Parts: sequence; structure tokens; C-alpha cells
Amino acid sequence: MTTPAEAPLEAPELPYVDPVRRARARSKSRRDALVASVSTVLVFAVLGYLVTASPGWPKVQETFFNWDEAVAAWPTLIKAFVLNIKIFLVAEFFILILALLVALGRGLRAPAALPVRIICTAYVDFFRGVPTILVILLLGFGVPALQLQGLTNSPVVWGTVALILSYTAYVAEVYRAGIESIHPSQRAAARSLGLSSMQTTRYVVLPQAVRRVTPPLLNDFIALQKETALVSLLGPIEVLRAAQISASSNFNYTAYVVAALMFVAITLPLTRFTDWLQKRDARRRMAGAM
Amino acid sequence: MSLVDVSGVHKSFGSLRVLRGLDLQVDLHEVVVLIGASGSGKSTLLRCVNGLETVDAGEIRVDDIDVTSAAVDLDKVRRRVGIVFQQFNLFPHMSVLDNVTLGPRKVLGVNRRAAQDQARELLARFGLQDKAEDYPDRLSGGQQQRVAIVRALAMKPEVMLFDEVTSALDPLLVGEVLDVIRELKSEGMTIVMATHEMGFAQEVADRVCFLADGRVLEQGPPRQLFDAPQEEQTKAFLARVAAGRQSA
Ligand SMILES: Nc1ncnc2c1ncn2[C@@H]1O[C@H](COP(=O)(O)OP(=O)(O)O)[C@@H](O)[C@H]1O
Ligand SMILES: [Mg+2]
Repeated sequence: MTTPAEAPLEAPELPYVDPVRRARARSKSRRDALVASVSTVLVFAVLGYLVTASPGWPKVQETFFNWDEAVAAWPTLIKAFVLNIKIFLVAEFFILILALLVALGRGLRAPAALPVRIICTAYVDFFRGVPTILVILLLGFGVPALQLQGLTNSPVVWGTVALILSYTAYVAEVYRAGIESIHPSQRAAARSLGLSSMQTTRYVVLPQAVRRVTPPLLNDFIALQKETALVSLLGPIEVLRAAQISASSNFNYTAYVVAALMFVAITLPLTRFTDWLQKRDARRRMAGAM
Repeated sequence: MSLVDVSGVHKSFGSLRVLRGLDLQVDLHEVVVLIGASGSGKSTLLRCVNGLETVDAGEIRVDDIDVTSAAVDLDKVRRRVGIVFQQFNLFPHMSVLDNVTLGPRKVLGVNRRAAQDQARELLARFGLQDKAEDYPDRLSGGQQQRVAIVRALAMKPEVMLFDEVTSALDPLLVGEVLDVIRELKSEGMTIVMATHEMGFAQEVADRVCFLADGRVLEQGPPRQLFDAPQEEQTKAFLARVAAGRQSA
């Protein structure tokens, strides 16, 4: 509802571009889109032709890209893949919390906190150096061999614990880089208001640090998602193991391809999201620099 | 008794002796301006008063509490001493309102509603009422600096320290920040400020202190210090500042 008494709405100010230039820009962008589509279609058509025309193709198609095999293997594989996702989610939950504690522990400067700092540093140094696959083997086969009372022998549990130990070290370093990237003047400003050191970390440093390291954190998530397949070394039927069983039972490797596609399907959204975040941050930094 | 009493303070960074037995007393409601060459220790002195730096020797008392004693709870001292920096140092991830209410809520235990009401009132007093929901990067430098001042004021400090608060500003925006300081003076706030704005110093200062060699080399009412400096170093400094202004 508008009343005549109301002040006239101000027209939003549009950037002025003269009509000739605007037309020229429009036709150029149309031309660019056309060139891009044609060249893409052409390249993929040639590649597709080269692959399918090769003498070995029928055999490859039969063993790796067999539709019937894929359909047959699907139910088992997807059920097994649920285990991968469970391992990932549980591991990620603990990693996010433990890594933060380790990063904060390394950052403690009080003299009394020296032992904490030493432990956290040693932990990170060790687990960043040891290949994840070794940690999985050591824990998965080592701990059950100890035959300790009250400890589970479940390979899934120990595989997950190994992933947590390994990735906590990486993620702690990511957090630490973020914390150290916050300028000391932010800390000074918070302390000058009377906030304690802990409050300053909680309300001023961490929120900014976490925002800054979200892209590298997501990269580590993506890597972790793939590495859940390493738990197969300990025997549980996750997707890689399920594909292996399928492949060895009928000498057809289609199940591997299906498993691979499952990993891609689940990491792809995360990858794209990470790209988007990184681009957005870069844009913000540019804008801030001006 | 002075509200702020700095006596015999020494402070070094490595082998660089910045403060060498500095004395300074500031009375309640007094406005003291610190001048001196860049690197003469103005910022260091202000940061020591606020407890952001520890001193090597000497004593700083604020309202008769020894800031430099190991037993003192520095967080308690800091909430009574507001400081505003050259680079604003607003929290970029928080709205203006959250910047201003963080201290009262987390340190003084004021509840959110009350803290926000008080913050809006303060913001309105300094012409920032429609910026409450904005993030700092949407504000001009002058607006950011005024928010930083409001953030410090929200803690109801007994003394405000200003460290070259207009040096990072576009010349056109300096005035709006100086207006805020004028207003605080008129309300009787005790103020210690480091500045290169000699004209402003002359106008608002009850006393001007010239820092050199890690000490207050000369001090007095602005008229006396600017028009009839006694020390050679003071004369040289003032001449340099005047020359700089002409060439600018
Ligand atoms: N944290 C620090 N570490 C090392 N040197 C510092 C530090 N803070 C200040 N300084 C040095 O102390 C001297 C005095 O600095 P400052 O107090 O900032 O002077 P002013 O504010 O008068 O320009 C300068 O030479 C500066 O480089
Ligand atoms: Mg300074």
C-alpha cells in the first residue's frame, strides 16, 4: 500500500554502461559460452572414441564396467559403505574435539603448563610422522594380541581409534595455524576489557581462527573419508573389503569401480563446498585489502 | 592522592631501554596529553598502566591499587582502565552490539538484555545508533574508532587511555573522534592520551607531558609547554612538528 504522502522511493543506482559497450560485452559472453561448449563436447567425444575403439576395450568393459555386475554388487556394497560412513562420522567427532584440545595445549605459555605442552608437542610430532596405515595395523593387531581384560578386540573400534589418533595430529596443526594467525592486538583488545585469558581464547581468538581454517579442515575431512577404507586391512566388511570379496568370487572388478564412485559421490559435495569457501575468503580478503 | 600514579617505572624490550624511571601523576577529572617522538615510549607507558605490559621496575597505582604487584588481579584492574588503540582492534567476527556488550556480559556478569540496552544508549549518544547490527568492516574508520571508544566506555572505567586514536584515520574523519573525546572531558572523565594533534592537545589538555629519554622530560599547562618550552629537546621536537605541518 502506498500513500501519496510517502516520500518517493529512490531508484536504486545502477552502474552506467553505455549501450554499445553493453551490447559488445553481451555478444562476447555469448560467443565465449558457445566456444566453451563446443570444445568440451569435442574433447570428450574424441577421448570416448579413442578408448572404446581400442582393441582391448571390450575386455576392459566386461571386467571393469559391467552393468549387470554393478547391479548385482550394489546392495552388498552400499550396506558395507554405511560402515565407512559410520567410522568417518564417529572419528570426525572425536578428532574435532581432541585436536582442539591438543592445539590449545600446545599454545599454553604458563610455566606450570610445560608438561602439557611437551606431551601435546610430542604427540603431534609422532603421529604426523607415522603413516596412518601403520597406526591402523599396530593398534588393530597389536592391542588384541595383548589380551587385556575388558578391552574390546573389535577391529572396527581399533581401526577407528587409529584414524582418530592419526588425524587428530594433523587437525591440531591446522587449528594451531589458525590460532597463531590471529593478530596479538585482538588478544590485547580483549584483555584490556578485563576478559581472562581463557575467555579471550573462547570468545575472540577461536571463533576467528576456526573460520579462517575451515577450508583446510574440510580438506582433512575429505582425506579421512577416503582413508576409512584402510580399516579393511583389519578384516571388517567395509566397502573396499566387500568389493574385494565380490571381485575375487567372480574375477570381475566392477565392484571396485562402484566402490570408487561411492567415495567420489560422497566427497564431491565437500570438495565443491571447500572450493566455494576458499573463493569466498579470497574475495573477502581482496575487498578488505582495498 | 592521584588517580593514576606512575613512579620510577623502567621497561626494556631486550636491550632497548624504553622507559627509564618514568614518573607521572594524573588526578581525577584531569586530561593529560602525552607527546614525544615516535618510539619515545608513549604506547608502552599506556600499555603498562593497563597491565598489558609488565614493568621491569617501579610502581604503577590506579586508584591506589598497585597494578604492578604480582598479587593483583589484573583482570580486575583492566576493567577500570579503558584503553583505545590506534588500529581500533574491533572484533571483526562480531556485530557492533556484540563488540560493545562482550565485556559487560562476560566480565561484569550483566545479562544480555541489560547489556544491550546500555550499549544502545551509549551508541546513540555518539551518533552510532543505526550501526548496532553492522559488522566492523562495514563502518568507516571514524565510526570504527568511535565504536572502540564506546566498547571501552561500556565497562564504566574510571580512566580512559587513548593511544594515538586518530593517527590511522583519514584527515576528514579525525574530527568526529576528537568530538567524542571532548564530550568525555566535559563529563569529567579522567583521560590520558598520546597524540600528534597538537591543536587538539592545546584545546583539551589540562597538562601536556613531553616524553624523551624514557622519562617525562618536561610538563606543564599547554600554553606554557607549547609557547615557552624550557628544554632544548622539547623546543626541537615542537619545531619539527611545526615544520612537518607546514610541509604537509
Ligand atoms: N613488544 C615489543 N617488543 C619489542 N620492542 C617493542 C615492543 N613494543 C614497543 N617496542 C619498542 O619500544 C619503543 C617504544 O615504542 P612505543 O612505546 O610504541 O613508542 P611510541 O608509542 O612513543 O611511538 C620502540 O622502539 C618500539 O619499537
Ligand atoms: Mg605509539
